[in-house]
Amino acid sequence: MLPLPIFEYHKPRTLAEATGLLAALGDKAMILAGGTDVLPNMKQGLFEPEHVVSIAALDELRGIGFTRDPGGLEHLVIGSGMRLSEIADSLLVTRVAPALAEAAGLVGGPHHRAMGTLGGNICLDTRCRYYNQTYFWRKALGFCLKKDGTACHVVKGGAKCVAAASNDSAPALMALDAELLLLGNTGERRVRAVDFYTADGIRNTVLRPGEIVVRATIPVVSGRRSAFEKLRKRGAIDFPLLSIAARIDRDPEKRIRAVDIVVSALGARPRRVRAAAKVAPGAAETGLAESLAAGAYAECKPLTNLDEEAEWRREMVPVLVKKAVARALG
Amino acid sequence: MADEVMKRVGPPVIEKTPGSGLVGRRTRALLAPRVTGQVRYTDDIHLPRMAWGRLLRCPHPHARIVRIDASRALARKGVLAVITGKDMPERFGIIPWTPDEYPLALERARFVGDAVAAVAATDERIAHEAAELIDVEYEILPAATDLDTAIDAPSVGLGRSGKDNVSKEVELEFGDVDALFAASDVIVEGNYYYEGSAHAPIETHCAIGQYDKNGLLTVWSATQVPHYLHRELSRVLRVSPTRIRVIQPPVGGAFGGKSEPFSLEFCAAKLAMLTGRPVKFLYTREEEFYAHRGRHPMRMAMKVGATRDGKLTAVDTRTHIDGGAYSSFGLVTAYYSGQLLTLPAFAQGYRFKSTRYFTNKPPCGPKRGHGSVQPRFAFEVSLDKIAEKIGMDPFELRRRNLVEANAQTLNGMRVTSNGITECLDKVESASQWKERRGKLPVGRGLGVAASAYISGTNYSIYPNAMPQSAVQLKVDRSGVVTIFSGQSEIGQGCDTLLAVLVADELGLDLGAIRVISGDTDLTPVDMGAYSSRGTFMNGNAALHAAQQVRTKMVDAVAEKLGVTPGEILVTRGALCVAADPSRSVPVTRAIELAEGKFGTLGAVGYYNTPELGGDYRGGTIGASPAYSFTAHVAEVSVDTETGRVDVKRIWVAHDCGKAICPTIVEGQMEGSAYMGAAEAIFEEHVIGKDGLHLGPNLLDYKIPTSLDVPELIALLVESNDPEGPRGAKEAGEGPLHPSIPAIANAIYDAVGVRIDRLPFSPARVLAALRDKRARERPGEQAAE
Ligand SMILES: Cc1cc2nc3c(=O)[nH]c(=O)nc-3n(C[C@H](O)[C@H](O)[C@H](O)COP(=O)(O)OP(=O)(O)OC[C@H]3O[C@@H](n4cnc5c(N)ncnc54)[C@H](O)[C@@H]3O)c2cc1C
Ligand code: SF4
Repeated sequence: MLPLPIFEYHKPRTLAEATGLLAALGDKAMILAGGTDVLPNMKQGLFEPEHVVSIAALDELRGIGFTRDPGGLEHLVIGSGMRLSEIADSLLVTRVAPALAEAAGLVGGPHHRAMGTLGGNICLDTRCRYYNQTYFWRKALGFCLKKDGTACHVVKGGAKCVAAASNDSAPALMALDAELLLLGNTGERRVRAVDFYTADGIRNTVLRPGEIVVRATIPVVSGRRSAFEKLRKRGAIDFPLLSIAARIDRDPEKRIRAVDIVVSALGARPRRVRAAAKVAPGAAETGLAESLAAGAYAECKPLTNLDEEAEWRREMVPVLVKKAVARALG
Repeated sequence: MADEVMKRVGPPVIEKTPGSGLVGRRTRALLAPRVTGQVRYTDDIHLPRMAWGRLLRCPHPHARIVRIDASRALARKGVLAVITGKDMPERFGIIPWTPDEYPLALERARFVGDAVAAVAATDERIAHEAAELIDVEYEILPAATDLDTAIDAPSVGLGRSGKDNVSKEVELEFGDVDALFAASDVIVEGNYYYEGSAHAPIETHCAIGQYDKNGLLTVWSATQVPHYLHRELSRVLRVSPTRIRVIQPPVGGAFGGKSEPFSLEFCAAKLAMLTGRPVKFLYTREEEFYAHRGRHPMRMAMKVGATRDGKLTAVDTRTHIDGGAYSSFGLVTAYYSGQLLTLPAFAQGYRFKSTRYFTNKPPCGPKRGHGSVQPRFAFEVSLDKIAEKIGMDPFELRRRNLVEANAQTLNGMRVTSNGITECLDKVESASQWKERRGKLPVGRGLGVAASAYISGTNYSIYPNAMPQSAVQLKVDRSGVVTIFSGQSEIGQGCDTLLAVLVADELGLDLGAIRVISGDTDLTPVDMGAYSSRGTFMNGNAALHAAQQVRTKMVDAVAEKLGVTPGEILVTRGALCVAADPSRSVPVTRAIELAEGKFGTLGAVGYYNTPELGGDYRGGTIGASPAYSFTAHVAEVSVDTETGRVDVKRIWVAHDCGKAICPTIVEGQMEGSAYMGAAEAIFEEHVIGKDGLHLGPNLLDYKIPTSLDVPELIALLVESNDPEGPRGAKEAGEGPLHPSIPAIANAIYDAVGVRIDRLPFSPARVLAALRDKRARERPGEQAAE
């Protein structure tokens, strides 16, 4: 078996203790939640933390419920320590944010969902077929920009890593207009999910070292429906080859008010489909799925970062967008 | 070699006894520890003071080793020893004529992942870290990382002569092929390609070496061939076989991937001898893909002719085989790629030429259905194409060309029992072929394919006159019978098979049977778990032994009851007078009586095949004492939008002669069909141009999850083989063969496209559908 390298393990009991510890340890430390990404990556030499700080014991990160903001708007709140299986099974999430429940339910296999957390999924490292390999394999290849090397094998001569955002929750949270609460030693910040991800494959989030994602807050909007679709080769276990969330808002008269579509597993940043933003209030529902699919097809160009069948994946963009929109339209 | 001309011991005489009713019953005995996690695999063994080994592997596809400097590794705390090729400069190989591997590469490393050095350290992590500290200077050599380069660039020099890359070439012809083609009404030609696949057992290779103060070397290994390992360890390490013991603990899946010696076994032994401590090696999942011996990539140009009324005329095949870096079983692979095609339905003329090439890739070898799964795909698809051309039902086409029971194949193979007709009938009716085919909605389709496979081969891999299989029995007065068998329990259930056969013969219940298998000190020689030989050969050996004990028990009981032995019937639990069952003696008492009459009880049984095979060079390769037969109907659903093929159901009818343990036979049938379906849809063992494996892990290499497995319907056919133990033949490999072509033919039925390249991935299916649309609407194509 590939052995884990040596590291020091910490298990803080409170959130404050955790942020303090992380601040003190600096970039030598790494957060461990369910560990389903951290541990395999450590075995492959992708992460080399000297300290591992487990946040598994923090009650502050647990719970699913509703809150009302000062403006009286209702929000679904999901603690980052919730397991993906808990989110997939939650009646509240299924009702208010079906795209997220579906996304959580399609991550990996049952074991990954039982261990993996929402926070870990939100902060999942980007993936690439030239990167998610053993040290031996990467060395034989000559390494790459993202780790230990200088060249990119996906975009030859490219100076930027385009490893793929592969977390299924990301497009769902973005489409549902979620807000993330981040807590560091110096205070907390609120960042919208759509602003959380960047186009840098080496580190594709705005999370600062030592910051912990505490929870995700999703507005409860009447007339809102959402759906999630995922492309993968097998019925389980596989990371997404495409990960698509669609959201449709209707007014009380059942007319379309707004549409959002986010496609992920392309490059480092999940892509909000521009064609969706252009859908005008009151737009007709017939033909909507088709036109959004065509828009998505024009905008989304999968790379060879995940496998060689980029062309097939591109052709699947409209197929999946159509399905997601059709389901969101109900 | 000299033994080859010596007279071999032939098969023993085995009586046809009625048994006591255990054969053919469904039983769970003996398997419970395995399915409840109580079985101890090699990696579960922890010995006092045990050290850990790790191999250093070459990162280049082809390189000369200029210099190895282990000083940095040896300086690391916890490192015990480092060895290189020079420590074991002896070639080995499973086929005695083609030894071309060193435990650690001596001068040249021939693929990314070839082992060049090994380290032993006090724990696994240190061993892994220390291997990275061994400095190797390489001189990069030109490489052939695909078949075309191997063919076109002989200068790479991977062949034995160093002047080409050829591993083995076989050319055979039967009948007047050209004349038969000339007399054909239809001829279909196709180019078929199979990219290769891996065994992917859940248990990766693992071995432990231990060298004790008596000078006894013990090697535990997850192997399918303890006997061969014993021989090769002796040769390579230059230790007398009398000082070596090989123990094969239960194996967690093998599928042919553990049927020859591997680097880790030699290194564990050598390092144990050097350090005086037990040393364990456990391959990582990645290393499993480098050790490989998976199914060969094959490019097959196949031509099949037939008359209008569905009589197959001739088959002509040119096959190029990508062997990877070493010979492995390659000599046999080259023969099997042609020799095993002539059953169950075949033509009157046959010519094939197969060339196996060396490439700078992980070595290929035997995977379940060795050598014959790829050509079976090409042939059964060819039959489907012919059936369509002449407007004949594909079942009917096959039926018109079947080789009969008790006949000879075109290439001189003796056929005894043959249940193919019943196999075809069963899958035809179970799938409601007649009612449903052609009437399913678009995107749904049915396909059929048939095949045959060997039940062991007539020669053991190294020529000798001795039996291929043997069993010893120890009979205890308490009523316990212990079976000592050299056969390898790798999850296929051979221990249970022996227990059932012996218990059935002696009237015992399964709880009274112990099976000790796979230990060269304790058990008699058996060649191993490959070529589907276990049931037939080991089973016969067990019967041979059990019947000797049975005769003594019957004699003793007859004497006691005052009747002749012929009047005694062995039933479950008691031996009785057939005509008057009230006069009986319990089995345990019968054992005591026999022991009192004859002395301590025990027996040795063996099996060897009769002389078989065609009278030409290579004519014995593919000759088997019995052939199993299989037919599949696959039902698929093809999503024309995504190209995804969903294999809904496979009906598998298999003639195993006699299902001694029906549940295990069905398990083999299902497992085989599933494995074939996986190769059809998902699995693809790809090495890139740079010689790097495309993803040596179970995320990138896609074995199906439980959600991807079709519904499998196993239909037993029992043709009662005259020479098989209680009529039994093989069931472990044969049922895999028709999966791929049945699915291919079903895809054609569903959406009208032929995909002659495996696997049938969504991208390929979608591309084929697009081509088809373009062909059917040429106007639109021009507009595009
Ligand atoms: C075989 C396999 C298949 C998988 N398939 C999928 C899939 O289909 N889709 C998918 O999305 N994922 C998949 N995963 C990845 C992973 O299982 C999930 O993304 C899971 O949700 C990660 O959560 P975790 O709690 O285990 O994260 P961890 O591994 O513990 O952490 C992941 C990352 O997030 C950071 N982190 C964790 N929690 C926080 C927090 N609260 N605040 C700040 N940083 C944090 C960690 O430091 C680390 O960088 C798969 C993994 C495997 C091994
Ligand atoms: S996209 Fe390029 S740089 Fe990024 S991980 Fe892949 S190969 Fe490396």
